[in-house]
Parts: sequence; structure tokens; C-alpha cells
Amino acid sequence: MAVRGLSKLERREAIDGYLFIMPWLIGFVLWVAGPMIASIVLSFMEWDLFSPPTWVGAANFVQLGQTDLVWKSLWNTAYYTFLSVPLTLMVALGTAMMLNLPLRGQSAFRTFFYLPAVMPAVANAVLWFWILNPDVGLANALLRMLGLPESQWLWSPTSSKPTFVLMSLWGIGNTMVIFLAGLQGIPQSLYDAAEIDGANGWQRFRAVTLPMLSPVILFNLVLGIIGSFQIFTNAFLMTNGGPQHSTLFTVLYLYRLGFEQFKMGFASALAWLLFAIILVFTLVQLRLSDTWVYYEGGEG
Amino acid sequence: MASNATSQAQSLASSQARQQRRRKSARFYIRRLIQYIVMAALSVVFMVPLVWIVSSSLKTQGQVFAYPPIWIPEPIVWFNYIEALQRAPLLRWLWNTTFITLLSIVGTVISSSMVAFGFARLRFPGRRILFILLLSTMMLPQVVTLIPRFIMFKWWGWLDTPWPMIVPTFFGGGAFNIFLVRQFYLTIPKDFDEAARIDGASNWAIWWRILVPLSRPVLIAIGIFSFVFHWNDFMNPLIFLFSEKNKTLALGLRAFINPTDASWHISMAASMYLVIPITILFFVGQRYFIRGVVMTGIAGR
Repeated sequence: MAVRGLSKLERREAIDGYLFIMPWLIGFVLWVAGPMIASIVLSFMEWDLFSPPTWVGAANFVQLGQTDLVWKSLWNTAYYTFLSVPLTLMVALGTAMMLNLPLRGQSAFRTFFYLPAVMPAVANAVLWFWILNPDVGLANALLRMLGLPESQWLWSPTSSKPTFVLMSLWGIGNTMVIFLAGLQGIPQSLYDAAEIDGANGWQRFRAVTLPMLSPVILFNLVLGIIGSFQIFTNAFLMTNGGPQHSTLFTVLYLYRLGFEQFKMGFASALAWLLFAIILVFTLVQLRLSDTWVYYEGGEG
Repeated sequence: MASNATSQAQSLASSQARQQRRRKSARFYIRRLIQYIVMAALSVVFMVPLVWIVSSSLKTQGQVFAYPPIWIPEPIVWFNYIEALQRAPLLRWLWNTTFITLLSIVGTVISSSMVAFGFARLRFPGRRILFILLLSTMMLPQVVTLIPRFIMFKWWGWLDTPWPMIVPTFFGGGAFNIFLVRQFYLTIPKDFDEAARIDGASNWAIWWRILVPLSRPVLIAIGIFSFVFHWNDFMNPLIFLFSEKNKTLALGLRAFINPTDASWHISMAASMYLVIPITILFFVGQRYFIRGVVMTGIAGR
């Protein structure tokens, strides 16, 4: 690279610099950039891993448009994302604000609230499977106790997706901690000033907390959407796409196409479609963020 | 200095004013009480899953399905844990998981702190662009690269071995981790480096002898993050491992999720082999989890 034109000392520093970041650079080429290019190429091919690949042009993409399950899976994923992300963010922000109150025992509360986020997915699946069991589960037992109508939870196409949304609320740990970090970075003096001006709790939240926290909200929003567009493990373990394909999320469908039916080309095309959708959402959010994210000190 | 002192005095005065106002109001105590009640209720809600796994893993089959639900098993059936071992090679899987997790932690901590040093301390052409590239990979969905990675590891003969999970951690250790360590390095004064440099220390010595020891908290934090990720990882083992003897515990436990089999108590006992180590680690290291995020001022900048 442009290492010429530097002094001898600068050149030595630059060489060391490249050496230090070399592990990442190699990893990036081998497992990020390379595979991304390979997966574009693959999406124009038909390949079952065993016979030689054949070039099929845009046929995979045409087929994507014509396959009902592709649309079904995208709809399921979007449905899940648009319910789960806002709810998760609100609950995480609410609990983070509670954790930011000057109460005794906050470190214990913090530990309790975070804990479900480190539970292994399989253990979670075993547990939820059974909590949600329509006949013997804890969830319906609770509803009966409260005199509410019971639910089929995961076992009915109408309630299966909302059930996944509900389960996602137990995994808010990371989002919550990032919010908490953001809250602790807001200077107390701003709240004092607002209090002196006679702002009540809600007004302080609207005028101080939300704007000061908006970069963190953006961060959690972007990562939350990227994450929930890729929901896989829970659906794979618990419903395997059913009932009636109501929890066939895109990555689950992609897994089936690639690793059960060995349609590597078609699966790559679906991966790129999903990536394009996620990218558009991310860019739109970053663009829109100019209107609502407040960066202290002017430029972000 | 002076402005610092005034702002301290101001915040002291304002906090005293707040305390005085609070001491007077009875409403304050009522609000506190409500806050504690809400916190306790939320704790119960968040803890129910874990408590339920633990308690069910010690029940008889009859008590598992008892209605109303039983929380404290009577009698306590420790034998469930032995029966779980008899049904599947859990200890073998536990060993595989431990092997992958420990090596991945080493890879993640060493390589991300090394790369972070390059980005935080050394100037080289293209640094800014490469760093933006690094950050943007955080937003890249894993699935886009999944199929080519699978094919690549197949060519290399790495399928059904632990290497697809371990080796990539030695090459960067994840964008998020690099970012966390770099942010931490930026808070360490450069005077330390300069002093060592005058004494003739190389960049490698400055990194290894000065910055690494000073950044122990953040390195522990990313070590824990990487533990949690690899211990619980399901998707990578699912794609890259096939044979019974090579499975990780998270993958192997899938055999215990069977809605038609009524032996939930055994399933719960089996999953405890995965849950216990991570719960212990979590309670021991919980301050690092949270501090790791807080201290770096990740705040979305």
C-alpha cells in the first residue's frame, strides 16, 4: 500500500500497524469478504455439492419470486421482527431505568434480570416447550388461575408467532445492559436543571432521558432488527417451522434448502435476498436517525 | 481544575437539596416501596425459568405433571442426573464443548487485543477505512457467509471436527470484541507507551507488557462474552458437526427435546449439565459482564 512517502520511523510504525491487524485482515478475507463473493457467484449456480455446479443465470432469483414458502417465510420473519424489536426495546429500557434507580440490592436485581440471556437455547427450548404445553403447562395453569381463556401457544398457527415474541422478552439482558450503560452516562445535572424548571417525571423522561439516550436506542434498534431477522435456533428446536409453516422463518427455510435439500445455489440466493432486506432496513434507519438521534457536542 | 471543583460543588449542593426535599415527603417512601415491589416481582418473572429447570430436574415423573405445579420436589431425585448420563454420552459432549470453548476464549482474547492495539495505537495508511470496515461487519448477517464457509471447511476436511468453531477466533475474535478492547485502550494514557518507547521497547513489548496487563478487566469481559457464545452456540455445531462422538452438549441435548416422550425430568437434568457451569460463571463474573459494556462507553458512538 501507500507506505512510500512516509519517513523511516513512520514506515516502521505503519508496518507494525499492518502486522497487528493482520489476524483480523486474514480472517476478514477468508471468512467474510471471500464467502460473500462466493455466495453471490453461487446464487447464479445450481449445485448439490456432489455433481459439478452449473451456471443458471438469474434462474434462482426468478424461482425465489415464484416460491410461496419464500414469501411466507419473509412474512413470518417480518411479523416477528416488527413485534419483537419494539417490545424488547421498550421492556429493556423500562427495566434498565428501574435498575438505574438508587435502590439497595441493584446488583442482585441486575444479575437476576440478565440471567435468562445466558441460558443455553436448548435448555430454554426444553423449558418453554413444557411451560407452554397446552394441557400440562405452567402458562395455561396461570391463565386458568386468573380465569382467562387458555391458549394453544406454539401449537396453533395464529398464536405461534406471538408466542415467539413473548419468549424473546426473556432474552433482553444484553439490550438492557447497554441501555443501563447509556443511562449512567447521562449527567445528573441535566435532571436537576429540569427539576428546577418544574418538569415532572414524564417530562424529564421526554426532555432529558430520551434525547440523551437516542444514540443508544439507535444502536439497540439496528442490532435488534439485524438479530431478529435471523431468528433460527428457537424455531428450529421448538416448532421446526410448524404448525402450517406459521413459524417457518427465513433462516430456518434457508437451512432446510442448503443443508437438508442441498440446493446450495437457491439457498445462497435466498441468503442474499435476506441480506438485501436487512441492509435496506439498516440504511433507512441510519438515514432516519438524523431526525431523531441527538449527538452531544454537535457532530456524532 | 477550577471548573471541575465548581461543578463538584454544584452537584454536591444539588444532591443535598434533593436529599432534603426527599427526607420530608412521605410520598417518597411510598414510591420507594412500590419500586421495590416491582423489582421483586420482575426478579421472580425473570428467575422462574431457571428455578423451574432446577426444580424439575429433581422431580419424579409424576410430580412433573402435577397440577397445581409443585415447586419444591418431594422426594428429591438425584438419580435423574445419573439416568440422563445413561441415555446419552453427555460427558463426552461436555468435554467437546469445554475444548471448543476454552480454545476459543484464548483465540478471542489474544487476537482481539492484538488487533485492537493496531487500531488504537499505531498509525498506518488506510486505518480509518479499515476500522469502518471492521465496524460494518458487526451488521453483517451471519447467514450470508454460511454456505461458502461450509463448502470451504468441507474442502479443507474440517467438517465434523471442532476447528470451524475454534480457528476463526484466532483471526480477529469478532468485531464487537475488537471494538470493546480498542475503546478501552484509548482510555489508557499514551505516556506509558512513550516512556517505554524511550527505553527502547518495541510495539510488541508495549502491547504485551503494558497495555495487556492494564486492560485486564475488559479482557476478562470479552473472555466471558466468548465463553457464553461458544458454550451456548447451536447453529455452528449444527452445521459443522455430525457424528455422535463429536457433538457439543448444546447440539447433543437436542435429542432430549421430544414432545412425545414424557420424561421431562430427565431432559431437565440433562440440560443442567449445560446450565450449571454457565450459571456459576455468570454469578462469579457478573460484574465484568456489565462493567465490560459500561466502562467502554459503548453508547452507540
